[in-house]
Amino acid sequence: MTRRRHRAPGTGAVPGVDGARLRELIPEVIGVLVRRGADFASAEDAVQEALLKALGTWPADPPRDPKGWLVTVAWRRYLDHRRSERARSGREVAYDLQPSPGPVPAADDTLQLYALCAHPSLAPASAVALTLRAVGGLTTRQIAEAYLVPEATMAQRISRAKRRIAEVPLDRPGDLATVLRVLYLIYNEGHSGEVDLATEAIRVTRQLAAAADEPEVAGLLALMLLHHARRAARTDPAGRLVPLAEQDRSLWDTALIAEGVEILQGALARDRLGEYQAQAAIAALHDDARRFEETDWVQIVEWYDELVALTGSEVARLNRAVAVGEADGAPAGLAALAEVDPRLPRRTAAAAYLHERAGQLAEAADLYAAAARAATNLAERDHLTRRAARLRQAASG
Amino acid sequence: MGRTDEGDPMAKYLLLKHYRGAPSSVNDVPMDRWTPEEIDAHVAYMQGFATRLGESGEYVDGQALAPEGAWVRSDGEGRPPVTDGPFAETKDLIAGWMVIDVDSWERAVELAGELSAAPGAGGKPIHEWLEVRPFLGAPPTVTE
Repeated sequence: MTRRRHRAPGTGAVPGVDGARLRELIPEVIGVLVRRGADFASAEDAVQEALLKALGTWPADPPRDPKGWLVTVAWRRYLDHRRSERARSGREVAYDLQPSPGPVPAADDTLQLYALCAHPSLAPASAVALTLRAVGGLTTRQIAEAYLVPEATMAQRISRAKRRIAEVPLDRPGDLATVLRVLYLIYNEGHSGEVDLATEAIRVTRQLAAAADEPEVAGLLALMLLHHARRAARTDPAGRLVPLAEQDRSLWDTALIAEGVEILQGALARDRLGEYQAQAAIAALHDDARRFEETDWVQIVEWYDELVALTGSEVARLNRAVAVGEADGAPAGLAALAEVDPRLPRRTAAAAYLHERAGQLAEAADLYAAAARAATNLAERDHLTRRAARLRQAASG
Repeated sequence: MGRTDEGDPMAKYLLLKHYRGAPSSVNDVPMDRWTPEEIDAHVAYMQGFATRLGESGEYVDGQALAPEGAWVRSDGEGRPPVTDGPFAETKDLIAGWMVIDVDSWERAVELAGELSAAPGAGGKPIHEWLEVRPFLGAPPTVTE
């Protein structure tokens, strides 16, 4: 969208503060407060307040021990809230002001926190917002900006999410699949604002991969890295979407590709295939081709077969049909496309592409125009309209 | 609608209210014929609706528009824009909007239904027609 075109993704930088390091500490500090006996909702609120105070005071007065500083400030805030609650309810103030420091954070705590924030009882948008705040260490304002809603609305969305999971115990393993889904959504959605959510998604997925030795976690991390590697080539300087076939592959980040491939190979070697590993394998095959013409479409189709078998996803079927068109020719692709749910918004765009590859240019132009009308985002609509225009110009010229 | 798409957990919709141009509402009495109490009740309902959406984390924006205005277009470089107004009596006329950020098309329709049921003449719901329009969002990163 326009905001993405004209504004480079930022880092959410505050001078004198290592933003990424600060954000990393947030889930750890929440963990400390919870182990001291605070409930998750209050602990998370107190840590958010400490984070805001850190962003305000650290540039002028950086602490020697950032984590200790955050724990002290957050715990004090937590106790203040407890006291005022008790005062309101007219009860005695009696609370241990100097509890013993909790045990060292364990990998299990990290996992439980991720799972709680992505709890299946939460709507995806609520899980995304809560994960970004409690696990990602972002401020409410940064999250609100990223999703283009008022800060007050985002604050309410997060409070409601926390009320909804208030009864969920923190001492048992959560559902890893919903955690991965939420991280994928954070990575994949278009966004704006001062914090680059794609980078944040990669950071928190790395954190998760360090705590959870699971092939699908590695698969998701590999998927993100393998797509992130192409980021510079995905749009041109004017902000137009550049399709994979036309990308300047010299702009791809070879270090990220190498890292993604290595992580993926490690995951695949464990022989417990899942949808993220399969998607990452497809991304890796694209990344491996130095030119579009060198793409190994036969292998890509095989991976799509796996992906369809694993998920039954119509989007996977749609993308498979396009890959079949490249591997076995456009008519085969169109035959595969005929099996795909006609309600998918991108189906018409795929049909247009396959007709273009088949040399049926007039039909392709009409389909591109129809696909543009069905597009759910502006960048794709502009791209499809431009393709229709190009084919019509070629036909009349 | 009822699109089958994966991804986008939240989407923005515009709820559009018309002075003119929408099909007639069920309780179709112009507001200046209502009693003052009926107007108060209507305004309170609208405010309460916006407040509830703020509390549910679904509110983005809401504005009302004056009925007057004019068409404007460029008349070429170095010349002032041309205006054409007031609007003809037949022009579709927007009265205001609300932008919501919700989980699904179904939820957008549910909320539009609530808004349409704001009380009007006789304290009865207006049941006016509102336009519900999805925003075009941002492109997803993973499309292959």
